[in-house]
Amino acid sequence: MGRAGGPPLWRRSYRTPSGDAIKPPMTNKPVKDVGSASVSSVALTVDNLAAARGLRVLFEGLNFRLSKGEALELRGPNGSGKSTLLRILAGLTHQHAGTVIFADGEDVLRHYLGHSDAVKPTETAGEQARFWARYFGRNDAAALEALERVGLSKRMDVPGRGLSAGQKRRLALTRLLLDPRPIWLLDEPTAALDMEGRKLVGSLVDEHRATGGVVIAAIHGEGFTGARSLDLTQLARAIA
Amino acid sequence: MSGVVSVFSRELRLAWSGGGGPALPVGFFAAASSLTPFAVSPDAQTLGIAGPGVTWIALALASLLPMERLFQADLEDGTLDAYAGSGVSMEGTAAAKTLAHWIATGIPLAVIAPLIWIMLLGPPEISWLVVAVSALGSAGFFFIGSIGAALAAGVRRGGLLIALVALPLYTPLMIFGASTLNLAAEGGEWGPPLMLTAAATLFSAVISPIASAMALRAAID
Repeated sequence: MGRAGGPPLWRRSYRTPSGDAIKPPMTNKPVKDVGSASVSSVALTVDNLAAARGLRVLFEGLNFRLSKGEALELRGPNGSGKSTLLRILAGLTHQHAGTVIFADGEDVLRHYLGHSDAVKPTETAGEQARFWARYFGRNDAAALEALERVGLSKRMDVPGRGLSAGQKRRLALTRLLLDPRPIWLLDEPTAALDMEGRKLVGSLVDEHRATGGVVIAAIHGEGFTGARSLDLTQLARAIA
Repeated sequence: MSGVVSVFSRELRLAWSGGGGPALPVGFFAAASSLTPFAVSPDAQTLGIAGPGVTWIALALASLLPMERLFQADLEDGTLDAYAGSGVSMEGTAAAKTLAHWIATGIPLAVIAPLIWIMLLGPPEISWLVVAVSALGSAGFFFIGSIGAALAAGVRRGGLLIALVALPLYTPLMIFGASTLNLAAEGGEWGPPLMLTAAATLFSAVISPIASAMALRAAID
């Protein structure tokens, strides 16, 4: 399988280091909790999470709980910590304080689609899709199917540098299709996409949620149907 | 495993795409060593003394050239994020990338090494040994260089930083590899230094993926 071996990157990320300097406030204002789900179907629980970039605390005292099949939109101005929160959830970045608990275990597989689309300029769209298919332990047919789904089947032979920003984003979306993973972390997934592309993301998210998947997405403008919303603006606090 | 294997074959493909790739270090190796007779002396006896060492230093420097882009490109375009979050071991990924680039660039370097050897008036009958020790040594140089590459991945124009990190760590390989060539040129016992070159390469092959993976995790944090 494509995910064998090695210590998972996120193993270290969800434990608060002892002796952490910042104590998050004990009182949780309602705004920090975007609702709680029934215990049985909980997919992840975020408890008193704080993120910092350098000396600046982006947000702190963040609490929320997501059930299987739920979508959460992260909102807030640029620099409010939406991307950092997604990176923390993906296990790429250390949190400043607090814990993230995944109900299916701390090494539950997640998809993280960041700002950069991980598209290689010299490889064709078809080669890249086939690479990711093999990377996830799938075959070339799966790659073809995914390319068709995102509307790139006619751009198979175009190298990455010849793709438009929207097409690169569509190519990145194939990774979501190539490996079923319960948790999707999407950083402005609809940026650079046309109306049709936005609809595509919407339907991918809907299908994922229908199978019990969780979607957390930083998003501006129109969101997903039936998604909960979390505004990071009021959790932001700069250290003087 | 399929994750690491697919990264390996992708890197092998990518190494040859995009502007010559491995041809540049090979050209550098040939050009740098060609300057030796001008700098040292075209005299056969002097070249016989300087030649093996110069060949080995040029090989080490040529091995550093592909390092700057080894991880930097992946960090910039977000591929490293995708690798890191995928559950495939980062150590395996780093090792696969380094090994693929060694096959793409290190093997060609080893193949032209005997030409440089003969040009610098080394005895032609041991060309096979020059290929062997160059292949072995360049693998070590690549593995050590990839540690520097991972540390400098997030640094703009990190090439010099890679050299500063890697060159001191090249010392054991420099000593044993050059001794092998020197002793072979003199007709001496070159077996022990060759074994020590192999040992130094194996050691770096073990350390490098672990150190590189740690540096890469820090780079994306």
